[in-house]
Amino acid sequence: MTQNGAYAIGLKNVNIFYGEKLAVKDVTLSIANQKITAFIGPSGCGKSTVLRSINRMNDLIPGARVEGEVTFHGQQLYDEKVDAVEVRRRIGMVFQKPNPFPKSIYDNVAYGPRLLGVRSKNKLDEIVERSIKSSYLWDEVKTDLKKSGMALSGGQQQRLCIARTIAVEPEVILMDEPCSALDPIATQAIEELMKDLVKTYTIIIVTHNMQQAQRVSDYTAFYSIRKEEETGGKEKRWGLLVEHNHTEKLFSAPQNEETERYIRGEFG
Amino acid sequence: MQSELEVGRESTNVKVITHRQGSAALFKRPRMSEELIRAFLFVCGALSIFTTIGIIVVLGRESLLFFQSGLVTLGEFFGSTKWQPQAGEFGILPLLNATLMTSAAAMLIALPLGLGAAVYLSEYAPVKVRSTLKPILELLAGIPTVVYGYFALTFMTPLLRALLGENTVQIYNTASAGLVMGIMILPTISSMSEDALSAVPRALREASYGLGATRFETIIKVVLPAALSGIIASFILGVSRAVGETMIVALAAGAGPNFTFNPFAAAETMTGHIARISGGDLSYNSIDYNSLFAIGLALFVMTLALNLISRAVTQRFREVY
Amino acid sequence: MTYMPNDQQFERGLRMRHLRGSVWQRFFMLSTIVALLALLALFYNVFDQAFGYVAEQYQIDPATLAPDGDISALENDGLTALLLEYQPRKIPVYVRDNLSVVDASQFTTLPLSQVLAGKTVPEEFADKTIRDLAPQDQANLLATNLSHEQLVQLVTTDVVGAEILESWDLTSSLFRRAEVEATAREKYPNAKFYFRSWINFDFLVNPGSSVPGAAGVRTALLGSLWVIAITVIFAFPIGVGAAIYLEEYATRSRINQIIETNVRNLAGVPSIIYGLLGLAIFVRALQFVTDGRTLLSAGLTMGLLILPVIIINAQEALRAVSNAIREASYGLGATKWQTIWNQVLPAAMPGILTGTILAMSRAIGETAPLIVIGASTFIVFDPNGPLSKFTALPIQIYQWTSRPQPQFRDIAAAAIIVLLVVLLLLNASAIYLRQRFKRKLQG
Repeated sequence: MTQNGAYAIGLKNVNIFYGEKLAVKDVTLSIANQKITAFIGPSGCGKSTVLRSINRMNDLIPGARVEGEVTFHGQQLYDEKVDAVEVRRRIGMVFQKPNPFPKSIYDNVAYGPRLLGVRSKNKLDEIVERSIKSSYLWDEVKTDLKKSGMALSGGQQQRLCIARTIAVEPEVILMDEPCSALDPIATQAIEELMKDLVKTYTIIIVTHNMQQAQRVSDYTAFYSIRKEEETGGKEKRWGLLVEHNHTEKLFSAPQNEETERYIRGEFG
Repeated sequence: MQSELEVGRESTNVKVITHRQGSAALFKRPRMSEELIRAFLFVCGALSIFTTIGIIVVLGRESLLFFQSGLVTLGEFFGSTKWQPQAGEFGILPLLNATLMTSAAAMLIALPLGLGAAVYLSEYAPVKVRSTLKPILELLAGIPTVVYGYFALTFMTPLLRALLGENTVQIYNTASAGLVMGIMILPTISSMSEDALSAVPRALREASYGLGATRFETIIKVVLPAALSGIIASFILGVSRAVGETMIVALAAGAGPNFTFNPFAAAETMTGHIARISGGDLSYNSIDYNSLFAIGLALFVMTLALNLISRAVTQRFREVY
Repeated sequence: MTYMPNDQQFERGLRMRHLRGSVWQRFFMLSTIVALLALLALFYNVFDQAFGYVAEQYQIDPATLAPDGDISALENDGLTALLLEYQPRKIPVYVRDNLSVVDASQFTTLPLSQVLAGKTVPEEFADKTIRDLAPQDQANLLATNLSHEQLVQLVTTDVVGAEILESWDLTSSLFRRAEVEATAREKYPNAKFYFRSWINFDFLVNPGSSVPGAAGVRTALLGSLWVIAITVIFAFPIGVGAAIYLEEYATRSRINQIIETNVRNLAGVPSIIYGLLGLAIFVRALQFVTDGRTLLSAGLTMGLLILPVIIINAQEALRAVSNAIREASYGLGATKWQTIWNQVLPAAMPGILTGTILAMSRAIGETAPLIVIGASTFIVFDPNGPLSKFTALPIQIYQWTSRPQPQFRDIAAAAIIVLLVVLLLLNASAIYLRQRFKRKLQG
């Protein structure tokens, strides 16, 4: 499970369809290893769709189709022989709205390891403690791990979900607007956590908050929407990648005029 | 205008606000027709209460007469294993035992198959398959129980006899009735469980998949536990229906109380007994008449308890999402 | 240090996990298939019994009695003439069984005006007893009062003496025809061997009979229709009224919570308990109104049975009516009842009607309460009012199924088909109604 090469995830000419409708067009992009990459862009530009194609979550949607190449350390993720379950073990995901299981805090975090065959109580105890500590949640819950995961506050729940994700030791963590349902204090806690996590994991975060992207990410990819009038008065829309660069450079000296307009807040 | 106000003031002591022009006074006019209608509708609603009171009074009164007759005590009723009215024996155990046996046989079929079908339809089946199969399964629920009774007697019993031998399986037996009852109850469990499973939010499933779980693991470890209260409620409801079912057992289980644990022997259930006795010659003031209501009371209490428990399970263990 | 499995262990583990998953997936699919197979088996079983070859024997060949052996082509007079010729001693018995309204013990002693009250009796015989009449006059009583079908049935059973000696099921008849025919010829050399559909026109119009070959569901079907009519007349207005009260007038007050919980509990009470209730109240306590074990008692009892279902269903239909309609009506100054009667109820009516029809289809199939109320074991005349003794279709099925002779299984199967067709029509009309009103509301 060594991380070789400078790029963890590669996308090449990726087109994503929902049924017959094109949702995202021709994305080519490399995600740097053990760095935080942010996906930003207006609503509906497909950034979440691209994110979910990386851990094959789109497979769960009937009619969703990914064309092109998505590679993980050089390996094709959409190859016929590749098992989506394996992919998701290596590439974890934290969702927009915290979704802890209606089980105890302990069982939430132990869920993943148990799936992989870890049975011994001692080992599980250690994994659970380690993961919760790494998610900056330990001090708040250590007295009662049997409490229901759903009894925590929003921010705590999201950190629990992060603990749950890292318990199976993935290499990449995908975060789909993880702070949009949280208050500023909780958001700050998660951002601090991310800076710590990136020492071990590669992180891709989708965010609609440009300041957040500037605060936490090393690289930023800006997506936008294209529209086209179809015969019959209907409008076709799809998303595409506009620009991808070091975060500092993208925000201080964007190469694309559209990027500049978005950064300046001219459209949302 | 004046007289209207006068009338208003007399019939109701409501404050009168007069418009400056003296016309169109805005005050509460008691509308007789509205009140009458409301009263009538209330009576309609209250009638259902009278039904319940009726059931309790009728069952209670006749049971009281039954126990006061001196021929049988409560202890004997619940303790004796013989029901032979001619000999003055009124032990409900043979009937109760047969009821429990048939219900157990029914749940043996309905539980796994009902839940299995629910899981298949809600988690695995493609949309088109689901929308075709679901109404077909509902068909099973709409078939009158007397038809199931016919099926038990003319299909299931010969089948059991062919499989297990004519000496093992009698022509009337509780197993046959119980199995067919299971088929009848299956759609109830399947439908309620499926609703419970579908109500589990997507977010939970996604969380599980995101952690690298297979579909089966997600169903067993996340979806089913989350839907558990609804599923358990459906099971309890199924048992309640099995206990109260009459026609299948009346036709296939046997006539004549028989305290036995052999599922291939004939035995009469509580409901079957009531049906048989009331279908024959019955004089109103006999102890046989009263005994029917005593059995009916026991039946009512059992099913009521099960229904209440089922309702409580749904409400108490409902997961808050 | 990591406790996570290495790549090899993970591969192995994953294969096991997938294997387990696919095994269970088969089980889940199998469960559904088994349920469907059971349904298929049920239909197959019924249809299998309702059609097939039979071996029928006559004591007197109908061809000698009527042209082409078609008994039903004869007129009533001709039919009674046959009865007179071949069963002269049984004529008074026929009058007693089919026409008499008094107790059997008083049949021979009371004058005909009482014995045959309500039937057509010639003036000159009104004061005589049955014994005073000549056999021809007794026979004429039959000719004028019995229906054509009843007379045909009597002739078929008692004169022709048609008896079905053995019947075979449909699968044997289709796939082992030669074998079946050979057996029949051997065992019943003088019998007529033909393919019979137990459900046929005669079956629908004949009254019940103790001879399976001649029996029909007419009385049972009419009884069922009468019962369901009384049930709906009783339960529909009260049920809808209660639903309106609970949904429109009810505030969250305690009494209304009690009524609602009560209704839900009642919906789960076994139907046989309603039978006991009906027996004690309608048959016994209110005998002066219902006259005992009659259609009226049955209808009222079934009404109580489906009342909770109608209430729950109507409540849902009312709840589904959007509040915007109510607000618009109030805004125009309408009273509560005006709003309900003119706006809410019409909007909810499709749902209410559909639910009522479904409740009706449930009620038609219910047997247990009717048994307890006291459906008659053997009546052959059509019901003539709510105070008649009654039988019903599911009761008939129950009784025929309980009889030992195998041919009763065949007609029970035929009756089941009739019942299922009735239910199918009811449900289809409910679905049709729902579709039609949905389209109407969506304009």
